[in-house]
Amino acid sequence: MNRLALFGLIFVIVLVLVAIFAPLIATHDVGATDLTARYLPPSAAHWFGTDATGRDIFSRVVYGARISLRVGLIVVIVSAVVGTVIGALAGYYGGWVDRIVSGYVFNVFLAFPGLLLAIAMVAFLGAGLNKLIFALCIIGWVGYARLLRGQVLKVREYDFVQAARALGARDLRILFVHIMPNAIQPLIVQASLGMAGAVLAEASLSFLGLGVPPPAPSWGVMLEEARDLATLQAAPHALIFPGIAIALTVLAFNFLGDGLREYLDPRQRAR
Amino acid sequence: MSAQQTGATTTATTMVMPPPLSRAEGVEPLIAVRDFKVHFSLGGGTVWDKLTGGSAVKRVVKAVDGVSFDIFPGETLGLVGESGCGKSTLGRAILRLTDPTSGHVLFRGRDLAHLSPREMRAERRHLQMIFQDPYASLNPRMTVGQIIGEPLDTFRIATGREREARVRELMETVGLSPRFVKRYPHEFSGGQRQRIGIARALTANPDFIVADEPISALDVSIQAQIMNLMERLQRERNLTYLFISHDLRAIRHVSDRVAVMYLGKLVELADAKTVYDDPLMPYTRALISAVPVPDPEVEATRQRVVLQGDVPSPINPPPGCRFHTRCPYVIQACKEHVPPLAEIKPNHFAACIRISPDQPDIEKVAPGDAPGLKNSGRVIAQ
Repeated sequence: MNRLALFGLIFVIVLVLVAIFAPLIATHDVGATDLTARYLPPSAAHWFGTDATGRDIFSRVVYGARISLRVGLIVVIVSAVVGTVIGALAGYYGGWVDRIVSGYVFNVFLAFPGLLLAIAMVAFLGAGLNKLIFALCIIGWVGYARLLRGQVLKVREYDFVQAARALGARDLRILFVHIMPNAIQPLIVQASLGMAGAVLAEASLSFLGLGVPPPAPSWGVMLEEARDLATLQAAPHALIFPGIAIALTVLAFNFLGDGLREYLDPRQRAR
Repeated sequence: MSAQQTGATTTATTMVMPPPLSRAEGVEPLIAVRDFKVHFSLGGGTVWDKLTGGSAVKRVVKAVDGVSFDIFPGETLGLVGESGCGKSTLGRAILRLTDPTSGHVLFRGRDLAHLSPREMRAERRHLQMIFQDPYASLNPRMTVGQIIGEPLDTFRIATGREREARVRELMETVGLSPRFVKRYPHEFSGGQRQRIGIARALTANPDFIVADEPISALDVSIQAQIMNLMERLQRERNLTYLFISHDLRAIRHVSDRVAVMYLGKLVELADAKTVYDDPLMPYTRALISAVPVPDPEVEATRQRVVLQGDVPSPINPPPGCRFHTRCPYVIQACKEHVPPLAEIKPNHFAACIRISPDQPDIEKVAPGDAPGLKNSGRVIAQ
């Protein structure tokens, strides 16, 4: 297993543990403001310093992992399941269903710039974590569906699928035992890229004030609160630490995806 | 539904009425293929196509276009032809892995070409296939045990210990060590993989196996092993093979009878020895003359019939005899009449209007003469 993937795996595990045990790890109350302790640099008392209202940045970054992971996981699972089912059925059965789904639905969805569509939807539905997740799923499933459809179309023509039919396998068995295991591999990579993408999208939308409303400790919200000139000059750490958290999380999921792809391929495992 | 089926069966039975050709008269064929067609539409010809600049005429690939023959129990029928002549499509369509367009495939009184998918699935126990590419035909994510045992699951033949025992026995039968049962296909060589494919085809104890180019992807040294394995299995299990190959020497080695295919039609059908020693149809003569002879003295004097041009496209096959564009003996009538596959000599069928039972040697037929047009003997296909 390569070192980058190992880094990704370890970082993701650490991130998950941090999110689960956030109340134990956080050194301060996430919401507690202290106007006597504004813009404090990193120190023993405040590891990552404090922000414009004197809140402890370390504790907020720790709690931010909860929001990022929750958004990422729900968005990826929902879009991957919906996309996989639609893409696999369109690819396997083909015909007019496939022509409508892949010819029109996919293209219409893909024609919209994803983030812009999410912004429009949040503007329409109103800001909030659940609405943000819903918006990201609406734009997210198409990528999985298109990927799966292409994969199923390809794998469906392999001789071993024909052989399975000759051996008396029914449609569902052919689809789930023969086609899917050989088609799903790129989906795993897509899912970890999707985690990265969802984490980034949540941060972006929150940064724009369209995601999780402040004062929730979302990394995007923290960036937004630290982006004025006064904060930048007085306390760059208020911007740097949530920024690093976002960057490392996105990187880690990308590395993990690559590592998983290698691990799941039996041909590579044998070597 | 049932009335429709009875209708289909009745038609099928009448189709057989010209008595089947057989090596020993009176033996019932295991598989009887009648007027079998597999066409693939390439689209075109609709109003939509005209508006959008598509093809103005409907384009159809006639991969198999009216083929009739019998396969008798325990024999190997070799099906030979150039790449793209439709032989693989024919093999797959007999097993309904490709949907036939029309025609009949009679197997034990049932017409496979007209069974519902559900009924066909039940018949698949008796009908199996060996594939050309031993790399593509095995699911890379299943172990050898799962692959070979799959028919035991799908047909609910055996589970648990019995399943395990059956798989091990099959592996031994095809010459694989049962120790490898948990290995994946990529851990095997091409020849071993083909053995896995053969074991899988045997799992449900079939009667009939379509072997689609089973040795073409293998090294020459391995080819002989696989052919010998298939012959041994045929003896031990009373199997009937349709052996599809473009390898003329392999076909000669394994086949009892040989059918020659050209552009979707059968052009000659006879005992293997007869086809090789005394081919009648000009295409077969050219094909057979291309086989090198192992004896250098004979090889030095071997007369080759070299064909001009390429095989025409099956999208727009030539009218009349499909071989007329390349045939050295072509006359005007060849371009107008589709030659029937007619019995020129006893149990020797050929599709050529220029030969007849009275004068089977095309070299000796008078110029311009087409005695085949007046043939009154047994005809198995138009």
